[in-house]
Amino acid sequence: MTGGAASTLSSPRAAHGGRSGGGRFIKPLVFALCLLPLAWLGWKGYSGLLGANPIEATIRELGDWALRFLLIALGVTPLRRLTGWSWLGRLRRMLGLFAFFYVVLHLLSYVGLDQFFDWSAIGREIIKRKYITIGMLAVLLLLPLAVTSTDTMLRRLGGRRWRALHRLVYVIGPLGVAHHWMMVKKDLTQPMIHAAILAVLLGWRLVAWHNARTASRRQESPCAASPPSSA
Amino acid sequence: MLIRHGSDIRESEVTDKALWLDRRRFLAWGAAGALALGGGRAEAAPLTAAKGPFTLDEALTPRKDVTTYNNFYEFGPDKGDPAQLAPSYFKPKPWTVAVSGECAKPGTLGLEDLIKPHRLEERTYRMRCVEAWSMVIPWVGVPLAEVLKRFEPSSKAKFVEFTTLVDAEIFPGQRTRLLDWPYVEGLRIDEAMHPLTLLAVGLYGETLLPQNGAPLRLVVPWKYGFKGIKSIVSIRFTETPARTSWMKSAPREYGFYANVNPKVDHPRWSQAKERRIGEFLKRDTLPFNGYGEQVASLYSGMDLAVNF
Repeated sequence: MTGGAASTLSSPRAAHGGRSGGGRFIKPLVFALCLLPLAWLGWKGYSGLLGANPIEATIRELGDWALRFLLIALGVTPLRRLTGWSWLGRLRRMLGLFAFFYVVLHLLSYVGLDQFFDWSAIGREIIKRKYITIGMLAVLLLLPLAVTSTDTMLRRLGGRRWRALHRLVYVIGPLGVAHHWMMVKKDLTQPMIHAAILAVLLGWRLVAWHNARTASRRQESPCAASPPSSA
Repeated sequence: MLIRHGSDIRESEVTDKALWLDRRRFLAWGAAGALALGGGRAEAAPLTAAKGPFTLDEALTPRKDVTTYNNFYEFGPDKGDPAQLAPSYFKPKPWTVAVSGECAKPGTLGLEDLIKPHRLEERTYRMRCVEAWSMVIPWVGVPLAEVLKRFEPSSKAKFVEFTTLVDAEIFPGQRTRLLDWPYVEGLRIDEAMHPLTLLAVGLYGETLLPQNGAPLRLVVPWKYGFKGIKSIVSIRFTETPARTSWMKSAPREYGFYANVNPKVDHPRWSQAKERRIGEFLKRDTLPFNGYGEQVASLYSGMDLAVNF
């Protein structure tokens, strides 16, 4: 089943063995890199470099990184297809999980540091503030993807259903960008950059999917063709 | 994690005090001299001010936070931008203020001529930003009413409009179209004449730093911080209210009055609570920022949810 889901492109087993490029240290290396933003944030907090409002700075920075990792994870498949570096696929699950990791930290810092577990206030905010409604919806949609990220869950669901479920990320991405866009007071530069990158990443999939359909019916769409088991 | 301890001894304050005393001896000419120099200095100079009538029994926000956490889009949208960019952009300049409109004695005055006739006062006020954070700041300035009266506003002067300098050489943020420059703010004449309303030239016993609105800014403690227009070059008496910069930018979110009001939320966030800079838990926001006793009567009979 795993093999079936992972099929098509290059040999995922070769990728697992690290022979197709990237080396065997690439995964631990990327793992460590993904923790750097958190370490940097912790160091800034410890050294008092987060400014006069460290709580706000913490929440914002964690949110920024959640979005960045979401975009990075969405960038894996297009980059792999464009470069032919199949080993990139092995990083996709980890990068997606890091996006989830930073989303959770972002949410926890909002709940614990900003609202100090004032659940009724949080409830009111979720209902009243559209950008928080949207943010919470994005977290909710991300949850099943994180839960089903293991090989076991992939096997249990079957490749087809797993892929269908994980296409939720195409909704989560825009929700995340919208969440950021709507909470900004005035300067929309950052959200616009994120939206542009997202548009390219999703647009590429649309084009690739369209091309694949018209070119050959037998070929699967590029996003579906990515081997989830090895991602 | 990441919580700053509210220390009792403020390092910056101790250092500043020593400097302050030292420089005061040196500057025999006193406040007016410092102001003359301070008209656009990137460094703070000491001021001599008497304790004003309004004091506050709340811990001061550390000077470091007051001078590094600023909303001043003339430098940039990030709250760190003003303190970071001011030293390299903001240059000393002779500063003049044009007073015009519905008054008997309009004129353009140098900063020292505008301020010198008045006694500088130190007044500690709460400052509540519309973004739901707050500070306690020891301002130095003169009551705006005293200054305005010299120009003899006429009966047609129903409002006062204030304008910030436009000069992209010293305000790099003005090279972008973040707001429709110049920054414009306004008050009703009775608000402008209210004894709480301060024309500030300093804080923490020194002239204002560029990031805090050097050399001259408005402080209206019962209103959201954005009403406190910075680096003022024009004061105009008008019959109709000014269309302020934030009203133009987002009319649904920012009104002319902008009185601190825990019951009227910003469309995107609650105004019921605020984070006092340096504190962990949020505190309740007070109506009129705690100055209701003094100013609530100005708005009797008005629907403050409509006139937000």
